[in-house]
Amino acid sequence: MELLSGADMIARFLQDEGIEYIYGYPGGSVLHIYDALFRQDKVKHILVRHEQAAAHMADGYARATGKAGTVLVTSGPGATNTITGIATAFTDSIPMVVLCGQVPSTLVGEDAFQETDMMGVSRPVVKHNLTVRHPSEIPEILKKAYYLAQTGRPGPVVVDIPKDMTTPNERYEYVYPKSVKLRSYNPVLRGHAGQIKKAVDMLLAAKRPILYAGGGVILGKASDKLTELARLLDYPVTNTLMGLGGYPATDRQHLGMLGMHGSYEANMAMHHADLIVSIGARFDDRVTNAIEKFCPGARIVHIDIDPASISKTVEVDVPIVGPVDSVLSEMLVLIKESKLSIDKDALAAWWKSIEEWKQFHGGRYESCDEHIKPQKVIEALYKVTKGDAFVTSDVGQHQMFAAQYYKFDKPNRWINSGGLGTMGFGFPAAMGVKLNFPDHDVVCVTGEGSIQMNIQELSTCKQYDLPVKVLILNNGTLGMVKQWQDMNYESRHAQSYMKSLPDFTKLVEAYGHVGLEVDKLEDLESTLEKAFSMKDKLVFINVHVDPHEHVYPMQVARGSMNDMWLSKTERT
Amino acid sequence: MRRIISVLLENEPGALSRVVGLFSQRNYNIETLTVAATEDPTLSRMTVTTSGSDKIIEQITKQLNKLIEVVKLVDLTEGTHIERELMLIKVKAAGSQRSEVKRTVEIFRGQIVDVTSSVYTVQLAGNSGKLDAFIQAIGDTCILEVVRSGVSGIARGEKILSL
Repeated sequence: MELLSGADMIARFLQDEGIEYIYGYPGGSVLHIYDALFRQDKVKHILVRHEQAAAHMADGYARATGKAGTVLVTSGPGATNTITGIATAFTDSIPMVVLCGQVPSTLVGEDAFQETDMMGVSRPVVKHNLTVRHPSEIPEILKKAYYLAQTGRPGPVVVDIPKDMTTPNERYEYVYPKSVKLRSYNPVLRGHAGQIKKAVDMLLAAKRPILYAGGGVILGKASDKLTELARLLDYPVTNTLMGLGGYPATDRQHLGMLGMHGSYEANMAMHHADLIVSIGARFDDRVTNAIEKFCPGARIVHIDIDPASISKTVEVDVPIVGPVDSVLSEMLVLIKESKLSIDKDALAAWWKSIEEWKQFHGGRYESCDEHIKPQKVIEALYKVTKGDAFVTSDVGQHQMFAAQYYKFDKPNRWINSGGLGTMGFGFPAAMGVKLNFPDHDVVCVTGEGSIQMNIQELSTCKQYDLPVKVLILNNGTLGMVKQWQDMNYESRHAQSYMKSLPDFTKLVEAYGHVGLEVDKLEDLESTLEKAFSMKDKLVFINVHVDPHEHVYPMQVARGSMNDMWLSKTERT
Repeated sequence: MRRIISVLLENEPGALSRVVGLFSQRNYNIETLTVAATEDPTLSRMTVTTSGSDKIIEQITKQLNKLIEVVKLVDLTEGTHIERELMLIKVKAAGSQRSEVKRTVEIFRGQIVDVTSSVYTVQLAGNSGKLDAFIQAIGDTCILEVVRSGVSGIARGEKILSL
């Protein structure tokens, strides 16, 4: 029997759980835990410069690997600083465990120094939160936290640890719990066979089908199954912003992203489909546009692990609750066994329409001699990184351009805050990815607005030698805000222009990194080549792009899916 | 439509706040809420009365089920059920009012559980409609204080909500 203090139990548990890196920031309430971490060398701690970045680092790691990232912060401000990071992970169903210090249990409720009710503060943005009431509970509570975070519909779990639970001289028995069971939590492991059969019959009978695949395909590791299904049937696939990479983007059957800034062909195909099979997607408002006008001729099959996602916004005809991987596998078996066959003529006619839509728009954008087009920058990035980089982004126009013009052929490579839309996410997320994939190209595509929301992490990158690449589409404005102001507020640019931007090159040099500037299109590719050839350097590439560019297509507000602006002057 | 949702949840600190938080966070309506431990001290039984379209009610039950501490739940209004609410009500009872109030209490099968020279405290149990009717019968001018427990409910017949 091994006796350990609460603090040592935490360090030991993290080792036993196979956690290699944790991201955090010390403070009074977690000093016992930091001391325990200091006395071992298996779990490595990354000291960020702001706790929000710790959560985003853990999140980036989780999105790239599918495993929960781990955060350790102190009570009060340390804990509350992680809230945006936790909410970001929650909205996109990302597994994460956040260990928060708390004031000693004897002081809880007395407004002690650095006391915040983290259980209450975090409650609406976590999958679950747990508080430690006795040191001996620590192994089981931590096991529960990782189990909850990583199973079912994943999400962040907060563990609140009062300081007196980690007192060094109070030791209790430690046994690593290999598994944990909760009577009130039983994630579904298989879809309903009858519903799956019904869905397969509908799939085979469809004349104008489309597979609408979301982030659940990536979280549920079902990209291969989705690809197999689509290819077997020769049906078109569209991805949500969260689902990019879940189906190879360079494949003929891929119609690109759908929704507000989705491709013309994806939105047209959705609107005209007679069958939509939603796979791990949630009919988000940025996808559907006006619900009452959503895809009027379509019957809908919805596969999702979370029953609450089904018929939440759009009423569906055949709900299937289950892990997408297992449901798609069962569908494949049934399709292969089925005596029914698809309507080849109808499908050929459907593909003909889709090809015409592809030809009609094809992701075109106006060229310009005076400025570098932001789309061009992403195309160059795609070329230089051979389409194989991990790309993180912040939020705004650059995010949409990256989603539209970087063709992700693999899952887990596109890492962005899709649901919450958190500016400041991309850079620390890239750091979390790079730390765990040191041999891969990792690039954060960002804007001059977003990058300044977590720019202090340049210092963390120096300390731990994290040679990520940061690519700024610098248009000198909060581009997406400006675009909306151009379109809806007669170009009154209220607070969307940032005066006195820093000299980014000097700034990154001050932190010990390399800064490059691009003003001319002819220098773009060579500069990117140069940046990515510096494997062991963080390179910050500041590209001055067209300040007037808008992201298109753009769905017309309160319209149907196929109601789009295609340029500043053309509307469907 | 009004619904009565019965929930078995882990009897743990914070579980109630998650339920209440869920309702406010998602803009659902709580009309009444009662909660107490069951014969199994690790479980609490909660009864929530709420109202909304079928779509909203479906979301409420799904979202409640998603809470980790919720073990099981049932929408009692989907079947036959018994609902009861307890009311303690203080009413003016002086002079000629005394016998009038007493008669009304008897009609509603309530009990006078405390008496002073000018006040009766009445206890009344029944479904919420009955309690509303009593309040109406007594009249605003007589009422000094009203305490209602909120609805508790149970399914009729052999159907049970347990582990």
